[in-house]
Amino acid sequence: MEIRIQVPNVAGESERIQKPAGSSFPDSGSSQSPARAFLQSRRSSAFADRIFSAVILLCALCIFAIVALILYELVSGSRLSIDKFGVAFFFRSAWDPVNGDYGAFPFIYGTLVSSILALIIAVPLAVGVAVFLTEMCPGFLRAPLAFVTELLAAIPSVVYGLWAIFVLVPLLRDSVNPFLIRVLGWSGLFVEPNYGVGMFAGGVILAIMILPIVSSLTREVISAVPQAQREAALALGATRWEMIRMGVLRNARIGIVGAIILGLGRALGETMAVTMVIGNRPEISRSLLDLGYSMASVIANEFSEASDNLYLSALIEIGLALFIVTIVVNALARVLVWAVTRGAPVRGA
Amino acid sequence: MAARELRAPRRLRSSNRIRRMLANHLATTAAVASTILVMAPLVAIFFYLLYKGASSLNLAFFTRPPAPVGETGGGMGNAILGSAILLGIASALGVPIGIAAGIYVAEFGRGGRLANTIRFTADVLNGVPSIVMGVSVYALIVLPQKHFSAFSGGVALGIMMIPTITRTTEEMLLMVPLSVREAALGLGVPRWRSVLSITLRTASPGVITGCMLAFARVAGETAPLLFTAFGNQFWSTSINQPIAALPLQIFVYATSPYDDWHRLAWAGSLVLILLIVVSVGLVRYVAGRGVLRGAS
Repeated sequence: MEIRIQVPNVAGESERIQKPAGSSFPDSGSSQSPARAFLQSRRSSAFADRIFSAVILLCALCIFAIVALILYELVSGSRLSIDKFGVAFFFRSAWDPVNGDYGAFPFIYGTLVSSILALIIAVPLAVGVAVFLTEMCPGFLRAPLAFVTELLAAIPSVVYGLWAIFVLVPLLRDSVNPFLIRVLGWSGLFVEPNYGVGMFAGGVILAIMILPIVSSLTREVISAVPQAQREAALALGATRWEMIRMGVLRNARIGIVGAIILGLGRALGETMAVTMVIGNRPEISRSLLDLGYSMASVIANEFSEASDNLYLSALIEIGLALFIVTIVVNALARVLVWAVTRGAPVRGA
Repeated sequence: MAARELRAPRRLRSSNRIRRMLANHLATTAAVASTILVMAPLVAIFFYLLYKGASSLNLAFFTRPPAPVGETGGGMGNAILGSAILLGIASALGVPIGIAAGIYVAEFGRGGRLANTIRFTADVLNGVPSIVMGVSVYALIVLPQKHFSAFSGGVALGIMMIPTITRTTEEMLLMVPLSVREAALGLGVPRWRSVLSITLRTASPGVITGCMLAFARVAGETAPLLFTAFGNQFWSTSINQPIAALPLQIFVYATSPYDDWHRLAWAGSLVLILLIVVSVGLVRYVAGRGVLRGAS
């Protein structure tokens, strides 16, 4: 709607220019007309046009070049490690820089577990927020609340980490974790030792960080559901919740799955906040309260200390794995979100 | 909301009606509760930033480099300058390429296979973890040069800006009506001129929004700087030397064992957040006033 306000503006401007040009058209039959002279003088601008479109195309191709370059650098950098350990690299638990023995399994485990934990916590909340904002919220609250959720996305990872170290971790250690140990201790997932930092803290901070992206995409997908679906459900006598469940969520489910997968992509690659609270110990433990390590954190912590080429190469191979996994996850998510919101352009997240 | 007025038909058993109403109220409560739960961390983070950060903010924070361990005082002046330099390099690289790629997708290749592939690649690039970006720029620039540098950090951040800018530029250009382009071309205005001074000009509030959002996003990035800009305890303006950056300094201080450094980390975070919130708020103001409000 807002565009239409702009149209008269631009049209008004071009009208001013149009007048003299329009008045010269009747003369264009004669060879010396100003119009023809103008057209002839345009040969140089055709050249400029070609240059311009070439430059623009070059910049556009830069995006491909960047992805290719990243892939090339990662592959060539991890050659040493790939040659030495092969595929087994991803299934071994050894991480011994002194003897040059490397395996990425504890990091893959840590990344997966903390990300899945984050999804379990974040997804119901994110969908709840999206439903509230699109279907229930009074109009005057909608814009401020949407702004606040977007603000959550604007907070830098390192600030989340700082907050997590000094506020979240003590809170978890002193009140939440003892409660979980008491109630869910039988499952073996929440047992002593309780350090505060650890896999669970990593999952919680990740959940807070991926909430905005999941909820804003879910909101977008829900808004794309045609209004007629809602009206039809209401006309049949559905309550608001039944209308949301049958008319909205069912229609939007593919897009919501896309949003969740996109959140997973974010969680997998998140570095700083996780590094600051996950505990940084490359061991696999059943208890979620125990210390862990993630792929991104091991790179962040050890990359600048990597003393020999094999060490560096092993770290780069972890980066390569992370790159490929996040690309696949993101591509999948984008396809799903597009499938739903096709027509209405998806906002850059 | 209309559901409130609608009553279930009388024929239905009242137990069924109660169950449905209960489910309705339960769902509403759950949605409201989750919204409150999501707002809670945000409020907590801002509260702690102000509570812990504001007390450590003083003039020395902005003008002095860090004090050696054991001495109190000192600031993050060099880190603020370093961040400004890094973001300058990043914008110089990311903004032109990002806008140009957006122009290609929206104006030249519109709907074509290449344009769609570029859009998709930009989306995927947007999701590449920043730490991976750091590792590849390390392999690309730092390794051949054999030293950490502000330049490599700026390149890493600049690359991260490109996809965001490309996507928003494209969306904003797509909102400019076709008739505007036709009017320009109909007057015999060359294509490049029409794109730059008519279409891009019309879409400029939205494009600027995109640039600011990308800027705000990379301003807080730490991971790509860990092994490119590396950090520096002293003043440095050379792009060939390691350089300090605000997020990097916050990370180092937050994970250190010294109380004094923790205080500086909180103060640094407050400054960083203010920088980002002000730029995002500015963006919303400009976009809200601008002609392309619907899109931003």
